[in-house]
Amino acid sequence: MDETAIYVYGIGRDLPAEAVAGVRGVAGAPVRALEAEGLTAVVSPVSLAEFGEDALRRNLEHLDWLEATARAHHAVVDAVAERGVIVPLGLATVYRNEDRARAALRERREEFARALARITGRTEWGVKIYADLAETAPRERKPAPADARPGTAYLRRRSAQRHDEEETRREILTLAGDVDDELCAIAATRRLHRPQDPQLSGERGWMILNAAYLVDDERAEDFRTAVARLAGTRPELRLQLTGPWAPYSFAAEEEAWTER
Amino acid sequence: MTDPMERGLTGYGYGRQPAPTRRPESANLADILERVLDKGIVIAGDIQVNLLDIELLTIKLRLVIASVDRAKEMGIDWWEHDPTLSSAAHREEIAAENRRLRERLAALEGEDEEERAEPELGRRDRRAVDRAARDEDEYDDHDRAYDHDDDYEEEPEPRGRRSPRRPPGEDDRG
Repeated sequence: MDETAIYVYGIGRDLPAEAVAGVRGVAGAPVRALEAEGLTAVVSPVSLAEFGEDALRRNLEHLDWLEATARAHHAVVDAVAERGVIVPLGLATVYRNEDRARAALRERREEFARALARITGRTEWGVKIYADLAETAPRERKPAPADARPGTAYLRRRSAQRHDEEETRREILTLAGDVDDELCAIAATRRLHRPQDPQLSGERGWMILNAAYLVDDERAEDFRTAVARLAGTRPELRLQLTGPWAPYSFAAEEEAWTER
Repeated sequence: MTDPMERGLTGYGYGRQPAPTRRPESANLADILERVLDKGIVIAGDIQVNLLDIELLTIKLRLVIASVDRAKEMGIDWWEHDPTLSSAAHREEIAAENRRLRERLAALEGEDEEERAEPELGRRDRRAVDRAARDEDEYDDHDRAYDHDDDYEEEPEPRGRRSPRRPPGEDDRG
């Protein structure tokens, strides 16, 4: 490989030696643990030809590259999270060398320690709620008056349609809010993501809620049961549970959270 | 789409089979991107590429472009109260990048289209609601060049991935 740098996936503590054994990172590079300040950075070497500033800037613009890198990043975080506690870092956190990476650990030691404390013994679960509004609210459209100009007729038609849809939406929002309330009661906290573009998610329907819940491990079963129950009792909604995730959504400091 | 749900969920936490080379490929790309891009602790690396700064935004915007307007239309705007999602800086940046990104995205969409078949799922459903979100703006945004012909009822098929018809910075209006 040409000139290399150090890619940091996340920060753990007291990671067992086997936590990174055999794990492959971006570009298939072997992952290892870098100790400093009682913390463990999970790292792998990367080529500056790929992760140098200019290259990175360029590469990030290609969805294929981004996808491969994001998946590789996630695979490492996920594998380590399975065997220990890891605070995930953002994608493409790269240092010139190990010393620089260690220096970063020192510098942010307390923040990492707090994050580790926050997520230890807890797991992130994702819940998305969809409603297929087009199916739940088929309303007839009144024909526009004959004399109406096309634009006016169009607006009129849309206005009537929207009024009907509005009620359906409100009902569905209330239902979804109830689901969120019940899940929040089980979770330690929750954090909201933006709704996803169906093109990326591959999902149909209207995404009403895209939330991540940080759940104590001993309540994980309760949480999953609750999701299943809520899904069963609210046919208007489609719930999708994902996880377990490494606690990505709860890694950042408290002020960045959306507390209820 | 299979997600980790289907794997062993027994016990607690990571109740999956420990397999060093296991790769969670089944996880949805959107789910992964929103986590590795938006979340996770951000520390300054030596390689200074601000993820919010450049075209990576195109990816973030991909996640939100179509859905934000629609969601707002529905009265959903929780992300606007989320400091990490709606910092002034972020919004300004989106606004500034707005036009350029639309073009950029259109170009990217073109590239991607050739490489992979996009699931058609969702396009129709979405369109129905999507239009509702768009209609209003169409009347006060005359000057904006919308993509082709998918503004109204009829849509020529087939089209692959849809280009962003909406300027991504709409969420900086509120």
